[in-house]
Amino acid sequence: MSQDTKTLTPELRAFIEEWKPKPGNLIMVLHRIQQTYGYMPREIVLELSDLLEVPLAKIYGVITFYNFFKLKQPGRNLIQVCLGTACYLKGGDDIMKALEAELGVGVNTVTPDGEFSTEAVRCLGCCGLAPVIVINGEVFGKVTKAMLPGILDKFRNK
Amino acid sequence: MAEKLTREGLAALRASLTTTNEKDAKGGKQYLLVCGGTACDSNGGMGLYAALKKAAEYASANVSIVRTGCMGFCERGPIVKVLPSDIFYVDVKPEDAAAIINEHIVGGQIVTRLLYDKSQAEVGNQGKDIDFYAKQQRIVLRHCGLIDPEKIDDYIAHEGYLGLEKALFDMTPAGIIQEILDSGLRGRGGAGFPTGKKWQFSAGVEADQKYIVCNADEGDPGAYMDRSTLEGDPHAILEAMMIAGRATGATKGFIYIRAEYPLAIKRLQIAIEQARAYGLLGCENILGSDFTFDIELRFGAGAFVCGEETALLASIEGKRGQPTPRPPFPAVKGLWGKPTIINNVETLANVAAIIVKGAKWFSSIGTETSKGTKVFALTGKVKNSGLIEVPMGITLREIIFDIGGGIPNGRKFKAAQTGGPSGGMIPPEFLDMPIDYESLAKIGSIMGSGGLIVMDDTDCIVDVAKFYLEFTVDESCGKCMPCRIGGRALLNTLTRISEGNGEPSDIQKMRDICDAMNRASLCGLGQTASNPVQAMLRYFMDEVLEHINNRKCPSGKCKKLVQYRINPDRCVGCTACARVCPVGAITGKVKEKHVIDPQKCVKCGQCYNTCKLHAITIA
Repeated sequence: MSQDTKTLTPELRAFIEEWKPKPGNLIMVLHRIQQTYGYMPREIVLELSDLLEVPLAKIYGVITFYNFFKLKQPGRNLIQVCLGTACYLKGGDDIMKALEAELGVGVNTVTPDGEFSTEAVRCLGCCGLAPVIVINGEVFGKVTKAMLPGILDKFRNK
Repeated sequence: MAEKLTREGLAALRASLTTTNEKDAKGGKQYLLVCGGTACDSNGGMGLYAALKKAAEYASANVSIVRTGCMGFCERGPIVKVLPSDIFYVDVKPEDAAAIINEHIVGGQIVTRLLYDKSQAEVGNQGKDIDFYAKQQRIVLRHCGLIDPEKIDDYIAHEGYLGLEKALFDMTPAGIIQEILDSGLRGRGGAGFPTGKKWQFSAGVEADQKYIVCNADEGDPGAYMDRSTLEGDPHAILEAMMIAGRATGATKGFIYIRAEYPLAIKRLQIAIEQARAYGLLGCENILGSDFTFDIELRFGAGAFVCGEETALLASIEGKRGQPTPRPPFPAVKGLWGKPTIINNVETLANVAAIIVKGAKWFSSIGTETSKGTKVFALTGKVKNSGLIEVPMGITLREIIFDIGGGIPNGRKFKAAQTGGPSGGMIPPEFLDMPIDYESLAKIGSIMGSGGLIVMDDTDCIVDVAKFYLEFTVDESCGKCMPCRIGGRALLNTLTRISEGNGEPSDIQKMRDICDAMNRASLCGLGQTASNPVQAMLRYFMDEVLEHINNRKCPSGKCKKLVQYRINPDRCVGCTACARVCPVGAITGKVKEKHVIDPQKCVKCGQCYNTCKLHAITIA
């Protein structure tokens, strides 16, 4: 999927220029890139390195340090399964396994049709609803295994 | 809005807002407060708000509908509160909007079916009578669930920016610090360092630039106090940072916030813009004084170690969030080498209230060494999970059984966990101990940021300790050896024990590793990472030995130690279990008793989940 070469959009370039003089800009710029592309495309990071005059190794050092930044493109629908303590105690782990079985791929892997990928996250801050999953930012609380196929259908091919 | 407010202008604005509110109240205006916290929102709260607005418009009701921050009672959300009558509705669906407006607001009849306690229909079931709220005392969350967090006028009408006014005109910087010192306020992020002392350090250093940083990178799994505070009362944090700036001579603030909290980020951005428009922020001569201050947001990117002060600063500087040895402490040499104060969200949320009401008032709440209140995210195996604020010195029993309503499904209380991955499990014998910084430390846990997770007898302590070690191993930055290798060694040992391969010598081995990590790690993460294991060895040794000596998990959680058997009295030979068994370990003919071959069984639990007759037993 989308192996075409990416280049910085004019908006992104303007954003980077705006932040360039500010100290401590790198992480904020990386957030913006991930917001735009859903992950960190290598071509973009190369361009960024030139623009900010920061060595590529340093940028990748930062990207790989933080859980939030992704190097691989996620599925069209990103499923986040909360494995914070409350969700874990209430069976978040089983939900994750059931999702893997339902989708036929493991965690952090995109389904062959590019529709879904799953990732584990730590505490989304709605422990009262445990166990919780989030799909494209939409929160589903008190999830049971039986609910999963129905929830996925809401997003598949939509 | 473009006009910059002076002190007199702010006072006049507050007075006019109060007069309007009083006039409305005299005119019989009612208020519908709809919880707009994340939990209620995702449970249909968003649709509910729209439906209420529509119904009110249709009925031309004299009501103001306010979308507030988290009210705390997440378990029964979405929640709607009616003021001034203080009627409290739970589990409200968008379909209920018309009933609330037509029957209650217009008709004056309480909608009994939506009450928390339906038997109390006659007396009205006022919000404060509900057990969940009866023992709570709200300082940090004083505005959460009361004001519209996206309206600065709402905040100002509720004593907002009054603390700043007082700090700028009626107090000296040293006076502000003395007030905070006298109040006894201690850091709510974990370690409990006196906040006033931190400010004093920074104030005493000469520098051309100083910073105030708000730590809103709430990384503890199972804790969401800061999220709710930011979502419900963002201006309180801005105001506190300004007061801290005035006290220490800092002119610039950063809020380091988790990128995973989009709603909190949005509300903070709105708050900053509104404060700037009023000239309360981002300009010189704030309120006509000689004070200058501005605040910017910086996003975290999911690294638990960034809760450590020096790592957090590295992250704001755009680097990998690795800690550095202290001293020098950030209050002396912090962000870009300049004196920097780092306060957690909950700590800051107390500041303006202390300045307005005084140190005496604040220090009258709590215990000898721990003043004020503490916000807990009460979750896990309790009936009423949610966000609570209680005075320091309250007992665990009051929190879990009175506020939380006890353990659901008739199970037994086994342990409570505070302090997240840096804390310990507290056994039942300490249920009646008053909670403060010292008492928790004495029994091997910590106050931490406020996650309070309740476990029942179906939870396995070895499994929970393993869960936390998995977390800290994953989050260790890898810079220092004791944390990097010690954590891994502990995790490997726990994994072996949970799989039935533990040995008696493992106990001493774990003790030694815990001790080494505790003493030799560079930062707080490594120094406290072994706390869950230490608590396990201290209070739950029987359970650990059961795993090691008898290869058994009493709660049935450690899958590898479980033996699945079929109870012949219950089995009717439906073959459902044999069909789902992935390894063909179950044999038996239709309508005859089935058996599991323990040699072949891989303990996946599929048969157990499939059998509708509960004929499969775990031993």
